[in-house]
Amino acid sequence: MSGHSNWSEWVYIGVVVALLAWVGAEAWNIERLVEHVPENAEVIKVTGQQWFWTFEHEDGTKETGELHVKKGVPYKFEITSKDVIHSFNIPDYLVLMDAVPGRINTVWFLPVDEGEFPIQCREYCGLIHYNMRGTLYIEDGA
Amino acid sequence: MVLELQKPRPIWQIMFSTHHTDIGLLYTIMSLAFLFMGGALALAIRVEMFSPGPQFIADSMTFNRIFTVHGTNMIFLFLLPFASAVGNYFIPIMVRYKDMAYPKLNAIAFWMLPPAAALVWLGFADFGWYAQPPYSAISAPSPAAEMWIFGLKIIGVSSILGAINFIVTILKCKHPDLPLSKVPLLGWSFLSSSLIVLVAIPTFAAALLMLLTDRLGVTGFFNPAMGGDPIAYSHLFWFTFHPEVYVLVIPAIGMMYEIIPRFSRKPIFSHSSGVFAFVLLSIVSFASWAHHMYATGMSFTEKTVFMVGTLAAVPASAMHVFNFLATMWGGRAKYSTPMMWSVGGIALFFSAGAGGVVNTAMPLDFITHDSYWVVGHFHLFVFGTIAFGSFGFLYYMFPFITGRMYNELWGKVHFVLIFIGAVLVFFTQHILGLYGMPRRVFDYPEIPEWIAMNQIQAVGAVLLGVGMTIFLVNLIYSSAKGKEANMEDPFGLGGKYYYPYQAKNPHHD
Ligand SMILES: [Cu+2]
Ligand SMILES: [Cu+2]
Repeated sequence: MSGHSNWSEWVYIGVVVALLAWVGAEAWNIERLVEHVPENAEVIKVTGQQWFWTFEHEDGTKETGELHVKKGVPYKFEITSKDVIHSFNIPDYLVLMDAVPGRINTVWFLPVDEGEFPIQCREYCGLIHYNMRGTLYIEDGA
Repeated sequence: MVLELQKPRPIWQIMFSTHHTDIGLLYTIMSLAFLFMGGALALAIRVEMFSPGPQFIADSMTFNRIFTVHGTNMIFLFLLPFASAVGNYFIPIMVRYKDMAYPKLNAIAFWMLPPAAALVWLGFADFGWYAQPPYSAISAPSPAAEMWIFGLKIIGVSSILGAINFIVTILKCKHPDLPLSKVPLLGWSFLSSSLIVLVAIPTFAAALLMLLTDRLGVTGFFNPAMGGDPIAYSHLFWFTFHPEVYVLVIPAIGMMYEIIPRFSRKPIFSHSSGVFAFVLLSIVSFASWAHHMYATGMSFTEKTVFMVGTLAAVPASAMHVFNFLATMWGGRAKYSTPMMWSVGGIALFFSAGAGGVVNTAMPLDFITHDSYWVVGHFHLFVFGTIAFGSFGFLYYMFPFITGRMYNELWGKVHFVLIFIGAVLVFFTQHILGLYGMPRRVFDYPEIPEWIAMNQIQAVGAVLLGVGMTIFLVNLIYSSAKGKEANMEDPFGLGGKYYYPYQAKNPHHD
């Protein structure tokens, strides 16, 4: 019925713990690297509101629903919201960060391919959440 | 006798009864009714998503209300009451007591649920099952939001009353000859999950009141325009609801601990390992709530702490899986319907756990968060593990409740259809999430991969629908016309395996 300790269970638990420790250590290490923002990153202020995105570049130019950036230049997004929580997402570049009213969250990325890429909202924000979409244009900056 | 339907009684005798098996029967019937209602909503969602553009759901507001009520309903009106059903039937029997410790309180806890359910269903709120402010505080339409808040408030009180009853029954009413360590693992699972409820629920109860006063405009706890912080709500909410996942998973594992040894015709590999894993899981369940919140802008240190806390829950879950496999190993397994559900549930539990490790690894979370991956991930838990355990246990209880046998062939067909359907829907959702599709969207752009995967899901959902219809027909038909069960050994496993029926009989015939 009960109580017999068994070496096989201990080996199994040991393997599981070792795997978890490895996953945790790798995750810690990679996250530390990807969160390090390059010094020369240009700041883009991103504002979410029901139900569109607006962008403000360092030179003061503003865009709505479209974002134009240059290939090879690192950008740092400073993300906030005017109303409810949204989530700023460029799936092709694995950029994801919540836009929280009253807070500024940052995330950075480096555009490498020219082209058009979708921008979307990943946190439920009401009626037109499904169509809170935009487009990222990566252009040759040279 | 455990079974209560054999001698026909007028329905009001069952409704006004405080006896634990009657309350158990009420819980069973109510939870199954809401299972089918919530399932219909899920089917509507999947068919709507079959291709881009509106199909038959008129607008996004209706769609948003559907996924909100689907989620709220399945968690609070199916899974939670079904666990209470099992506990009500079996806990007094397992601790060898005549009833629950407080029978009237038990009846009150049950009868709080129908009005709460009415509030949730008639309100039909739209803010998702976690009611994230500020949307829920400033934007969500009345009176649906208020009705949802009051409904959940009542459900919270009901589960606290239920938890107190289970704890007292197990600790104080168990037979003096029965040491706590020898209480069956199903009993231990209810003790653990009830203790979690007591610690976890009050936080959400407070958050609900704060949300209500925010909506009334008299406070601004979660409203940044009034100096509040919506992320504070997230902490209060997930402090309750990450552990709540374990409140649901732990009894389901307890149910598998009943079924696996019996149908393997072998004693459980290690009772003490099961107890230890339950206790450990209850404690570490409180160390991981904020893993839902990496993308809200948490610092690197916070994320690291909650990643470690989340990973810490894995070894205890892995111990259960080991215990199941080691019990089955070398047994003479009989794959009757309850056993098939348990084994299928363990397989999906394992996949869900593996996916959870991916979610909590910080950089990967930012790929999966709020995408369809997450939808697939938690459905492997709530459906693949908890509902599978529950269905298996319902088949197992069936002869004890009705005195009749369900149809074994259709029980197996039910399992096969649901297993295939679940794999098609929930595994596809993981991949769809990696392709970037957000959750909770009424419509989506014409991306070929997204369309293909949504169509696979719709096919899976139809299989689930067919399987559940077979289930319903089998339950109704067999409880009226099924062949009489051999109460000494309904599953033909050989007599020396302990049945609740036999455990109960020596005390009163
Ligand atoms: Cu949004
Ligand atoms: Cu969680």
